[in-house]
Amino acid sequence: MLDLTFETPKPKVFAGAKHDWELVIGMEVHAQISSQAKLFSGASTKFGAEPNANVAFVDAAMPGMLPVINDFCVEQAVRTGLGLNAEINLKSAFDRKNYFYPDLPQGYQISQLYEPIVGEGEVLVELGGGKARLVRIERIHIEQDAGKSIHDMDPHMSFVDLNRTGVALMEIVSRPDIRGPEEAAAYVTKLRQILRYLGTCDGNMQNGNLRADVNVSICRHGQYEKYQETQDFSHLGTRCEIKNMNSMRFIQAAIDYEARRQIAIVEAGGSVDQETRLYDPDKNETRSMRSKEEAHDYRYFPCPDLMPLEIEQAWVDDIEASLPELPDAKKVRFMHDFGLTDYDASILTAEVVNAAYFEKVMGTASDGKLAANWVINELFGRLKKDECDIVDSPISPAQLAGIVALIKSDAISGKIAKDLFEIIYTEGGDPAEIVEKRGMKQVTDTGAIEAAVDAIIAANPEQVEKAKQNPKLAGWFVGQVMKATGGKANPKSVNQLVAAKLGL
Amino acid sequence: MSIDTKTAAKVAKLARIRVEDDALPALAQEFNTILGFIEQLQEVDVDGVEPMVSVTPMRLKRRSDEVTDGDQQGKVLSNAPDSREGFFAVPKVVE
Repeated sequence: MLDLTFETPKPKVFAGAKHDWELVIGMEVHAQISSQAKLFSGASTKFGAEPNANVAFVDAAMPGMLPVINDFCVEQAVRTGLGLNAEINLKSAFDRKNYFYPDLPQGYQISQLYEPIVGEGEVLVELGGGKARLVRIERIHIEQDAGKSIHDMDPHMSFVDLNRTGVALMEIVSRPDIRGPEEAAAYVTKLRQILRYLGTCDGNMQNGNLRADVNVSICRHGQYEKYQETQDFSHLGTRCEIKNMNSMRFIQAAIDYEARRQIAIVEAGGSVDQETRLYDPDKNETRSMRSKEEAHDYRYFPCPDLMPLEIEQAWVDDIEASLPELPDAKKVRFMHDFGLTDYDASILTAEVVNAAYFEKVMGTASDGKLAANWVINELFGRLKKDECDIVDSPISPAQLAGIVALIKSDAISGKIAKDLFEIIYTEGGDPAEIVEKRGMKQVTDTGAIEAAVDAIIAANPEQVEKAKQNPKLAGWFVGQVMKATGGKANPKSVNQLVAAKLGL
Repeated sequence: MSIDTKTAAKVAKLARIRVEDDALPALAQEFNTILGFIEQLQEVDVDGVEPMVSVTPMRLKRRSDEVTDGDQQGKVLSNAPDSREGFFAVPKVVE
């Protein structure tokens, strides 16, 4: 793989009343495929339409309507698989998962149980401090989303909107390789980042375009290692599945709550029931979804409306050739080519648009570390204050590179650079020209600085005496000189001169 | 495999089809007849035979990613027993 060295982190330990416990977590992430039309119909996937406006008769399950698969959706699933280093199955097939719910008019969801389109892959989840967990992907399959029920508009009725019914999802199933709430959130963050780089899912969790089901069980120290050796689940505890979470914070809170709940049950001599639970963010607890239990008998069978999905290796190769540079590779390159720290490179590659901006800055800038500081601290900070997106940044990469070049060549001080940044951010213009026109150039002429230092010393004999007793007071002189020169004196030169003149 | 009335009742419930108690034995018998036929089929040795999905050499038809349908809220809702403000209105279903 990539040239990344990392240390495997220790699992998070939860202290019970009697023992210490560890968690074993597997996740199913549902990612909405970024298509225009639905998986099996020509209705739009656009968010926020009038209720039931984005519905074809196929989605409403009118009798006699037949599904026809959207080629683009298949391509995105393959693309995602390739992005996760996964094996691509040239032949896959669709199955019906049968259950009744008002927002699923077919009475079944078309999914891929027996032959998914993507097989085993992996995701490297970095956890900071040189630690990372390699989480194995078991499979990715394509399936239909369900509609939306609204329960709070009427005391006796539920209202159903089928706009989302039939929208294409990728279900990305991990192995139980995740060992704590923070790791679970980091896994989803990494997956989301890769999906956004690939362009296969927009990752918008607020709109429900990326949602996670979490399988949690507890075990004593050493049991997980036995499972790893044998792949025998009997070494692990009974798991509960927490459904449908669409925020990183909820994922962590739900796992945390669930861990403590299971530990309390087992330590009291009880046993955990395998069940589906729902996280309630208002009460910060998980509750059993009892109604789901009986319906769990899904009676899967091959969908008779759809032939097996056969794709060509050449097509897969074409998709592979079109893959963009992915986060891990980009980060390593940023560290290597631009001399960035792991931390800075992680921030700059978190979003592909940020990485693209920085790369344009580096087209002309020479000091990567300095440029990274300015992009991360000044630019990102300023954009955040204005709630402005990087693609709409008032400062172009060339302008930012110009500012960095002026600092690098000692033409302006860091303090003046901040003023210059603000001027360009609000008014625009060429950095070098502005510095020239407004006389912002740093004074490096020691003669001029010396004169300023002499003047301050001559005017403040008492302070000079004090400073000789307490060398820390030299800072006061430096400040006065900076003030006298309008902040344009080179601070390094001022420091040296003040120290020399005061005989410190 | 033999289907008893309890299993028949469960299958009916999963399919959301109401079957009165006195009709269950006959239903179970029907299931058993069907399963009996399938058991007969299972006697055929199909080791190494690729499952046939179609009698004609067809491949899955695919569609390009274009919006060609929808915008027919009125038609979609026209068969609904109850609809309000563009939604299907159904008896309350909540977890």
